[in-house]
Amino acid sequence: MLRQTPSQTIGPFFGFGLVPAQYGFAGAAIGSGTMVTDQVAGQRIRITGQVFDGAGMVVPDALIEVWQADAAGRYGGPAQEPQAGSPDAAFTGFGRVGTGAKPDARFVFETIKPGSVDALQAPHLHVTLFMRGLLRHVCTRIYFSDEREANLRDPVLRAVPHDRRDTLIAWRDETSAFQTYSFDIHMQGERETVFFDV
Amino acid sequence: MPTRKLIASSHPPYRHRDYVSTRLRAPEQPLLRVPQFFPDRAGPPIGSTMLAPVDADLTKNGRCNGEPVGERIIVAGRIVDQKGRPLPRALVEIWQANAAGRYTQPTDQHDAPLDPNFLGAGRCESDASGRYSFRTIKPGAYPWQNHPNAWRPNHIHLSLFGSGCGSRLVTQLYFPGDPLLTLDPIFNSVPAGARDLLVAQFDLDRTEPGIALAYRFDIVLRGPRATPREA
Repeated sequence: MLRQTPSQTIGPFFGFGLVPAQYGFAGAAIGSGTMVTDQVAGQRIRITGQVFDGAGMVVPDALIEVWQADAAGRYGGPAQEPQAGSPDAAFTGFGRVGTGAKPDARFVFETIKPGSVDALQAPHLHVTLFMRGLLRHVCTRIYFSDEREANLRDPVLRAVPHDRRDTLIAWRDETSAFQTYSFDIHMQGERETVFFDV
Repeated sequence: MPTRKLIASSHPPYRHRDYVSTRLRAPEQPLLRVPQFFPDRAGPPIGSTMLAPVDADLTKNGRCNGEPVGERIIVAGRIVDQKGRPLPRALVEIWQANAAGRYTQPTDQHDAPLDPNFLGAGRCESDASGRYSFRTIKPGAYPWQNHPNAWRPNHIHLSLFGSGCGSRLVTQLYFPGDPLLTLDPIFNSVPAGARDLLVAQFDLDRTEPGIALAYRFDIVLRGPRATPREA
Protein backbone atom coordinates (compact mmCIF):
# COMPACT_ATOMS: atom_id res chain seq x y z
CA MET A 1 0.00 0.00 0.00
CA LEU A 2 1.50 3.33 -1.08
CA ARG A 3 1.61 6.24 1.32
CA GLN A 4 -0.69 9.13 0.54
CA THR A 5 0.86 12.37 -0.62
CA PRO A 6 0.73 14.54 2.51
CA SER A 7 -1.65 17.48 2.76
CA GLN A 8 -0.39 21.07 3.11
CA THR A 9 -2.22 24.29 3.79
CA ILE A 10 -3.92 26.07 0.90
CA GLY A 11 -2.20 29.29 2.07
CA PRO A 12 -3.60 32.81 1.75
CA PHE A 13 -3.19 33.41 -2.00
CA PHE A 14 -5.30 30.75 -3.73
CA GLY A 15 -7.94 33.16 -5.04
CA PHE A 16 -6.39 34.05 -8.40
CA GLY A 17 -5.88 30.37 -9.15
CA LEU A 18 -8.94 28.57 -7.80
CA VAL A 19 -11.70 31.19 -7.97
CA PRO A 20 -10.24 33.81 -10.34
CA ALA A 21 -13.44 35.64 -11.27
CA GLN A 22 -14.33 36.23 -7.62
CA TYR A 23 -10.95 37.92 -7.08
CA GLY A 24 -11.01 40.05 -10.22
CA PHE A 25 -8.93 37.79 -12.47
CA ALA A 26 -9.83 36.53 -15.92
CA GLY A 27 -10.45 32.88 -16.58
CA ALA A 28 -13.23 30.38 -16.22
CA ALA A 29 -13.67 28.76 -12.83
CA ILE A 30 -14.72 25.18 -12.26
CA GLY A 31 -17.19 26.38 -9.64
CA SER A 32 -18.62 29.51 -8.04
CA GLY A 33 -21.28 30.58 -5.59
CA THR A 34 -23.89 30.67 -8.33
CA MET A 35 -24.80 27.03 -8.79
CA VAL A 36 -28.16 27.55 -10.49
CA THR A 37 -29.18 28.56 -13.97
CA ASP A 38 -32.68 28.95 -15.36
CA GLN A 39 -32.52 25.35 -16.56
CA VAL A 40 -31.94 23.80 -13.14
CA ALA A 41 -34.98 22.20 -11.54
CA GLY A 42 -35.82 22.70 -7.89
CA GLN A 43 -36.53 25.17 -5.12
CA ARG A 44 -34.11 28.11 -5.27
CA ILE A 45 -32.34 28.78 -2.00
CA ARG A 46 -29.49 30.93 -0.73
CA ILE A 47 -27.02 29.74 1.91
CA THR A 48 -24.85 32.41 3.49
CA GLY A 49 -22.48 32.69 6.42
CA GLN A 50 -19.01 33.46 7.72
CA VAL A 51 -16.12 31.44 9.08
CA PHE A 52 -14.80 32.31 12.56
CA ASP A 53 -11.46 31.47 14.16
CA GLY A 54 -10.81 30.64 17.81
CA ALA A 55 -10.64 34.33 18.76
CA GLY A 56 -14.05 34.97 17.19
CA MET A 57 -12.51 36.85 14.27
CA VAL A 58 -13.97 36.36 10.84
CA VAL A 59 -11.69 34.42 8.46
CA PRO A 60 -11.09 36.37 5.22
CA ASP A 61 -8.97 33.78 3.44
CA ALA A 62 -10.92 30.53 3.49
CA LEU A 63 -12.07 28.48 0.50
CA ILE A 64 -15.40 26.70 0.85
CA GLU A 65 -16.50 23.96 -1.52
CA VAL A 66 -19.97 22.42 -1.46
CA TRP A 67 -21.14 19.29 -3.17
CA GLN A 68 -24.77 18.29 -3.25
CA ALA A 69 -27.41 16.19 -4.94
CA ASP A 70 -29.99 17.65 -7.32
CA ALA A 71 -33.63 18.30 -6.40
CA ALA A 72 -34.41 14.60 -6.85
CA GLY A 73 -31.52 13.46 -4.65
CA ARG A 74 -29.18 12.42 -7.48
CA TYR A 75 -25.51 13.32 -7.78
CA GLY A 76 -24.06 14.63 -11.02
CA GLY A 77 -20.75 13.60 -12.50
CA PRO A 78 -19.40 10.10 -12.94
CA ALA A 79 -21.33 8.19 -10.32
CA GLN A 80 -19.53 5.31 -8.67
CA GLU A 81 -22.57 3.98 -6.97
CA PRO A 82 -25.79 3.02 -8.67
CA GLN A 83 -28.57 5.56 -8.41
CA ALA A 84 -32.05 5.50 -9.86
CA GLY A 85 -32.58 7.81 -12.82
CA SER A 86 -30.39 10.45 -14.37
CA PRO A 87 -29.19 13.52 -12.49
CA ASP A 88 -30.26 17.00 -13.63
CA ALA A 89 -27.90 17.64 -16.55
CA ALA A 90 -28.07 21.40 -15.97
CA PHE A 91 -26.81 21.13 -12.38
CA THR A 92 -23.25 20.18 -11.39
CA GLY A 93 -23.98 20.23 -7.66
CA PHE A 94 -20.57 21.79 -7.06
CA GLY A 95 -19.92 25.25 -5.65
CA ARG A 96 -16.71 27.01 -4.63
CA VAL A 97 -16.33 30.39 -2.91
CA GLY A 98 -13.34 32.24 -1.45
CA THR A 99 -14.23 34.34 1.58
CA GLY A 100 -11.80 37.11 0.57
CA ALA A 101 -14.01 38.13 -2.31
CA LYS A 102 -16.39 40.18 -0.13
CA PRO A 103 -15.40 42.90 2.39
CA ASP A 104 -17.20 41.16 5.26
CA ALA A 105 -15.70 37.77 4.27
CA ARG A 106 -19.21 36.39 3.77
CA PHE A 107 -19.82 33.40 1.55
CA VAL A 108 -23.01 33.04 -0.47
CA PHE A 109 -24.21 30.00 -2.40
CA GLU A 110 -27.20 30.41 -4.70
CA THR A 111 -28.39 26.88 -5.24
CA ILE A 112 -31.38 24.56 -4.96
CA LYS A 113 -32.64 22.59 -2.02
CA PRO A 114 -31.19 19.09 -2.50
CA GLY A 115 -33.46 16.09 -2.42
CA SER A 116 -32.87 13.16 -0.08
CA VAL A 117 -30.29 10.81 -1.59
CA ASP A 118 -31.91 7.79 0.06
CA ALA A 119 -34.79 7.01 2.35
CA LEU A 120 -32.72 7.62 5.47
CA GLN A 121 -30.70 10.73 4.83
CA ALA A 122 -32.10 14.23 5.23
CA PRO A 123 -31.39 16.85 2.55
CA HIS A 124 -27.86 18.15 3.02
CA LEU A 125 -24.75 19.56 1.35
CA HIS A 126 -21.25 18.21 1.81
CA VAL A 127 -18.78 20.98 2.74
CA THR A 128 -15.00 21.00 2.38
CA LEU A 129 -13.14 23.88 4.00
CA PHE A 130 -9.58 25.06 3.38
CA MET A 131 -7.62 28.00 4.80
CA ARG A 132 -4.26 29.33 5.80
CA GLY A 133 -3.45 27.74 9.16
CA LEU A 134 -5.32 24.56 8.27
CA LEU A 135 -2.72 21.94 7.35
CA ARG A 136 -5.45 19.51 6.24
CA HIS A 137 -8.89 20.46 5.00
CA VAL A 138 -11.95 19.75 7.13
CA CYS A 139 -15.31 18.31 6.04
CA THR A 140 -18.73 18.99 7.44
CA ARG A 141 -22.37 18.96 6.34
CA ILE A 142 -25.11 21.56 6.02
CA TYR A 143 -28.62 20.43 7.02
CA PHE A 144 -31.74 22.59 7.00
CA SER A 145 -33.72 23.91 9.97
CA ASP A 146 -37.04 23.41 8.13
CA GLU A 147 -36.42 19.68 7.60
CA ARG A 148 -36.93 18.78 11.23
CA GLU A 149 -38.60 15.42 10.70
CA ALA A 150 -36.03 14.28 8.17
CA ASN A 151 -33.18 15.51 10.37
CA LEU A 152 -34.45 13.40 13.27
CA ARG A 153 -34.12 10.28 11.13
CA ASP A 154 -30.77 11.13 9.54
CA PRO A 155 -28.11 8.58 10.58
CA VAL A 156 -25.24 11.04 10.41
CA LEU A 157 -26.97 13.66 12.54
CA ARG A 158 -27.99 10.95 14.99
CA ALA A 159 -24.33 9.98 15.36
CA VAL A 160 -23.47 13.55 16.40
CA PRO A 161 -23.59 14.31 20.13
CA HIS A 162 -26.92 15.99 20.82
CA ASP A 163 -25.43 19.25 22.09
CA ARG A 164 -23.38 19.72 18.91
CA ARG A 165 -26.03 18.94 16.26
CA ASP A 166 -27.06 22.58 15.91
CA THR A 167 -23.63 23.37 14.47
CA LEU A 168 -24.70 21.47 11.33
CA ILE A 169 -28.04 23.22 10.83
CA ALA A 170 -28.53 26.10 8.41
CA TRP A 171 -31.21 28.35 9.90
CA ARG A 172 -34.01 29.63 7.73
CA ASP A 173 -34.26 33.41 7.77
CA GLU A 174 -38.01 34.02 8.02
CA THR A 175 -37.62 37.73 7.35
CA SER A 176 -36.17 37.27 3.87
CA ALA A 177 -38.44 37.11 0.83
CA PHE A 178 -35.96 34.81 -0.89
CA GLN A 179 -35.54 31.41 0.78
CA THR A 180 -32.34 32.15 2.72
CA TYR A 181 -30.44 30.08 5.27
CA SER A 182 -27.64 31.15 7.61
CA PHE A 183 -24.75 28.80 8.25
CA ASP A 184 -21.69 30.02 10.16
CA ILE A 185 -18.64 27.85 10.67
CA HIS A 186 -16.67 28.02 13.93
CA MET A 187 -13.20 26.49 13.95
CA GLN A 188 -12.85 26.40 17.73
CA GLY A 189 -14.64 27.20 20.98
CA GLU A 190 -18.03 26.39 22.48
CA ARG A 191 -19.76 26.52 19.11
CA GLU A 192 -17.04 24.60 17.21
CA THR A 193 -18.61 23.09 14.10
CA VAL A 194 -18.63 19.31 13.93
CA PHE A 195 -16.03 18.16 11.42
CA PHE A 196 -16.16 14.61 10.11
CA ASP A 197 -13.49 12.00 9.59
CA VAL A 198 -14.26 11.01 6.00
CA MET B 1 -7.15 -6.37 16.72
CA PRO B 2 -7.81 -5.10 13.22
CA THR B 3 -7.01 -7.65 10.58
CA ARG B 4 -6.22 -5.04 7.97
CA LYS B 5 -2.74 -3.61 8.14
CA LEU B 6 -2.88 0.05 9.00
CA ILE B 7 -0.15 2.31 7.74
CA ALA B 8 1.04 5.40 9.52
CA SER B 9 -0.57 8.61 8.34
CA SER B 10 1.56 10.77 6.12
CA HIS B 11 -0.59 13.82 6.82
CA PRO B 12 0.30 16.64 9.21
CA PRO B 13 -1.70 17.14 12.40
CA TYR B 14 -4.12 20.07 12.50
CA ARG B 15 -2.24 21.77 15.30
CA HIS B 16 1.45 22.32 14.73
CA ARG B 17 3.07 24.54 17.35
CA ASP B 18 5.68 26.09 15.06
CA TYR B 19 3.09 27.14 12.45
CA VAL B 20 1.47 30.00 14.34
CA SER B 21 -1.69 30.27 12.23
CA THR B 22 -2.79 26.78 13.31
CA ARG B 23 -3.34 27.97 16.89
CA LEU B 24 -6.65 29.73 16.26
CA ARG B 25 -7.74 27.76 13.21
CA ALA B 26 -7.08 24.09 13.94
CA PRO B 27 -10.19 22.26 15.19
CA GLU B 28 -9.95 21.48 18.90
CA GLN B 29 -12.44 18.61 18.93
CA PRO B 30 -11.47 15.28 17.38
CA LEU B 31 -12.96 14.59 13.95
CA LEU B 32 -16.19 12.65 14.24
CA ARG B 33 -16.09 9.24 12.62
CA VAL B 34 -19.38 8.25 11.00
CA PRO B 35 -18.75 5.24 8.78
CA GLN B 36 -20.41 4.78 5.42
CA PHE B 37 -22.42 7.94 5.08
CA PHE B 38 -20.30 10.07 2.81
CA PRO B 39 -20.78 9.74 -0.92
CA ASP B 40 -17.84 8.30 -2.80
CA ARG B 41 -18.75 10.30 -5.83
CA ALA B 42 -16.25 11.85 -8.13
CA GLY B 43 -16.60 15.56 -8.24
CA PRO B 44 -16.79 18.10 -9.57
CA PRO B 45 -18.00 16.99 -13.00
CA ILE B 46 -15.72 19.26 -14.98
CA GLY B 47 -15.80 18.61 -18.69
CA SER B 48 -12.67 18.35 -20.82
CA THR B 49 -14.22 21.04 -22.98
CA MET B 50 -13.47 23.46 -20.19
CA LEU B 51 -9.73 22.79 -20.36
CA ALA B 52 -7.46 24.18 -23.05
CA PRO B 53 -3.88 22.96 -23.59
CA VAL B 54 -2.57 26.43 -22.74
CA ASP B 55 -4.10 26.09 -19.29
CA ALA B 56 -1.23 23.74 -18.46
CA ASP B 57 1.47 26.08 -19.78
CA LEU B 58 2.05 28.86 -17.26
CA THR B 59 4.83 30.28 -19.43
CA LYS B 60 2.13 31.15 -21.98
CA ASN B 61 -1.22 31.54 -20.23
CA GLY B 62 -0.45 34.89 -18.61
CA ARG B 63 1.41 36.62 -21.42
CA CYS B 64 0.73 40.31 -21.96
CA ASN B 65 3.61 41.75 -23.97
CA GLY B 66 6.39 39.18 -23.79
CA GLU B 67 7.71 36.11 -22.02
CA PRO B 68 7.66 35.68 -18.26
CA VAL B 69 10.96 36.12 -16.45
CA GLY B 70 12.65 33.20 -14.73
CA GLU B 71 13.79 29.63 -15.15
CA ARG B 72 11.40 27.56 -17.28
CA ILE B 73 10.65 24.14 -15.80
CA ILE B 74 8.48 21.11 -16.49
CA VAL B 75 6.56 19.64 -13.56
CA ALA B 76 5.15 16.25 -14.42
CA GLY B 77 4.22 12.97 -12.81
CA ARG B 78 1.64 10.30 -12.28
CA ILE B 79 -1.46 10.30 -10.14
CA VAL B 80 -2.26 6.94 -8.59
CA ASP B 81 -4.27 5.60 -5.69
CA GLN B 82 -2.72 3.75 -2.77
CA LYS B 83 -2.81 0.49 -4.67
CA GLY B 84 -0.80 2.09 -7.46
CA ARG B 85 -3.73 2.19 -9.86
CA PRO B 86 -3.55 5.20 -12.19
CA LEU B 87 -6.24 7.84 -11.83
CA PRO B 88 -7.33 9.01 -15.28
CA ARG B 89 -9.11 12.32 -15.80
CA ALA B 90 -8.15 13.65 -12.38
CA LEU B 91 -8.30 17.45 -12.26
CA VAL B 92 -5.05 19.12 -11.15
CA GLU B 93 -5.00 22.86 -10.41
CA ILE B 94 -1.77 24.66 -9.52
CA TRP B 95 -0.87 28.16 -8.36
CA GLN B 96 2.40 29.76 -7.31
CA ALA B 97 4.55 32.86 -6.85
CA ASN B 98 6.58 34.23 -9.77
CA ALA B 99 10.36 33.92 -10.12
CA ALA B 100 10.83 36.84 -7.72
CA GLY B 101 8.68 35.25 -5.01
CA ARG B 102 5.60 37.42 -5.54
CA TYR B 103 2.02 36.26 -6.03
CA THR B 104 -0.14 38.18 -8.44
CA GLN B 105 -2.93 38.42 -5.85
CA PRO B 106 -3.16 42.03 -4.56
CA THR B 107 -3.21 40.89 -0.92
CA ASP B 108 0.41 39.74 -1.35
CA GLN B 109 2.34 42.80 -0.14
CA HIS B 110 5.84 41.33 -0.50
CA ASP B 111 8.14 44.00 -1.96
CA ALA B 112 9.27 42.03 -5.01
CA PRO B 113 8.36 42.76 -8.63
CA LEU B 114 5.23 41.49 -10.30
CA ASP B 115 5.69 39.96 -13.74
CA PRO B 116 3.12 41.30 -16.23
CA ASN B 117 3.56 38.14 -18.30
CA PHE B 118 3.05 35.60 -15.54
CA LEU B 119 -0.24 34.77 -13.84
CA GLY B 120 1.05 31.78 -11.88
CA ALA B 121 -2.04 29.58 -12.13
CA GLY B 122 -2.91 26.63 -14.36
CA ARG B 123 -4.78 23.37 -14.56
CA CYS B 124 -4.94 20.13 -16.46
CA GLU B 125 -6.46 16.70 -16.34
CA SER B 126 -4.50 13.46 -16.03
CA ASP B 127 -4.47 11.21 -19.10
CA ALA B 128 -5.61 7.59 -19.34
CA SER B 129 -2.49 6.38 -17.50
CA GLY B 130 -2.77 9.00 -14.77
CA ARG B 131 -0.03 11.24 -16.18
CA TYR B 132 -0.12 15.01 -15.91
CA SER B 133 2.32 17.72 -17.00
CA PHE B 134 2.75 21.46 -16.57
CA ARG B 135 5.25 23.90 -17.97
CA THR B 136 5.92 26.84 -15.68
CA ILE B 137 8.53 29.17 -14.13
CA LYS B 138 10.44 28.07 -11.05
CA PRO B 139 8.88 30.03 -8.16
CA GLY B 140 11.03 32.19 -5.90
CA ALA B 141 11.26 32.06 -2.11
CA TYR B 142 9.53 34.79 -0.13
CA PRO B 143 9.43 36.07 3.46
CA TRP B 144 6.40 35.61 5.70
CA GLN B 145 5.39 36.70 9.18
CA ASN B 146 5.39 33.40 11.07
CA HIS B 147 8.60 34.08 13.04
CA PRO B 148 11.62 36.42 12.76
CA ASN B 149 13.33 36.11 9.37
CA ALA B 150 10.92 33.41 8.18
CA TRP B 151 11.09 32.45 4.48
CA ARG B 152 8.96 29.97 2.58
CA PRO B 153 10.97 27.53 0.46
CA ASN B 154 10.29 27.51 -3.29
CA HIS B 155 6.97 25.75 -3.72
CA ILE B 156 4.01 25.20 -6.02
CA HIS B 157 0.50 24.71 -4.62
CA LEU B 158 -1.59 21.86 -6.02
CA SER B 159 -5.27 20.97 -5.69
CA LEU B 160 -6.55 17.57 -6.79
CA PHE B 161 -9.89 15.85 -7.15
CA GLY B 162 -9.61 12.08 -7.13
CA SER B 163 -12.27 9.44 -7.13
CA GLY B 164 -14.35 10.74 -4.25
CA CYS B 165 -14.67 13.07 -1.29
CA GLY B 166 -12.10 11.08 0.69
CA SER B 167 -9.40 11.59 -1.91
CA ARG B 168 -9.58 15.39 -2.13
CA LEU B 169 -6.07 16.81 -1.69
CA VAL B 170 -4.54 20.26 -1.45
CA THR B 171 -0.78 20.21 -1.02
CA GLN B 172 2.51 21.89 -1.93
CA LEU B 173 5.38 20.67 -4.09
CA TYR B 174 8.93 21.52 -3.01
CA PHE B 175 12.28 21.35 -4.83
CA PRO B 176 15.27 19.15 -4.01
CA GLY B 177 18.23 20.69 -2.22
CA ASP B 178 16.35 23.76 -0.96
CA PRO B 179 18.15 24.95 2.21
CA LEU B 180 14.91 26.50 3.49
CA LEU B 181 13.16 23.14 3.79
CA THR B 182 14.65 22.23 7.17
CA LEU B 183 13.58 25.64 8.51
CA ASP B 184 9.99 25.69 7.21
CA PRO B 185 7.28 24.90 9.79
CA ILE B 186 4.69 24.07 7.12
CA PHE B 187 6.93 21.49 5.41
CA ASN B 188 8.05 20.17 8.80
CA SER B 189 4.47 19.75 10.01
CA VAL B 190 4.50 16.53 7.97
CA PRO B 191 5.72 13.42 9.85
CA ALA B 192 9.49 13.10 9.32
CA GLY B 193 9.29 9.91 7.26
CA ALA B 194 6.78 11.36 4.83
CA ARG B 195 8.35 14.74 4.02
CA ASP B 196 10.25 13.34 1.03
CA LEU B 197 6.87 12.66 -0.60
CA LEU B 198 6.51 16.43 -1.06
CA VAL B 199 9.90 16.97 -2.71
CA ALA B 200 9.93 16.71 -6.50
CA GLN B 201 12.85 14.85 -8.10
CA PHE B 202 15.07 16.26 -10.82
CA ASP B 203 14.27 14.27 -13.98
CA LEU B 204 16.84 14.52 -16.74
CA ASP B 205 14.87 12.24 -19.07
CA ARG B 206 11.91 14.56 -19.10
CA THR B 207 13.80 17.80 -19.71
CA GLU B 208 13.19 19.68 -22.95
CA PRO B 209 16.74 20.16 -24.25
CA GLY B 210 17.52 23.81 -24.76
CA ILE B 211 14.21 24.85 -23.21
CA ALA B 212 13.41 23.61 -19.72
CA LEU B 213 14.62 21.39 -16.89
CA ALA B 214 12.14 18.88 -15.52
CA TYR B 215 10.97 17.78 -12.09
CA ARG B 216 8.99 14.65 -11.43
CA PHE B 217 6.25 14.77 -8.79
CA ASP B 218 4.14 11.65 -8.38
CA ILE B 219 0.96 11.94 -6.36
CA VAL B 220 -0.79 9.25 -4.33
CA LEU B 221 -4.43 9.88 -3.46
CA ARG B 222 -6.52 7.90 -1.06
CA GLY B 223 -8.62 5.35 -2.88
CA PRO B 224 -12.35 4.83 -2.49
CA ARG B 225 -13.76 3.18 0.60
CA ALA B 226 -11.91 -0.11 0.18
CA THR B 227 -8.74 1.61 1.33
CA PRO B 228 -7.95 1.01 5.00
CA ARG B 229 -8.45 4.13 7.02
CA GLU B 230 -5.22 5.71 8.05
CA ALA B 231 -4.53 5.98 11.74
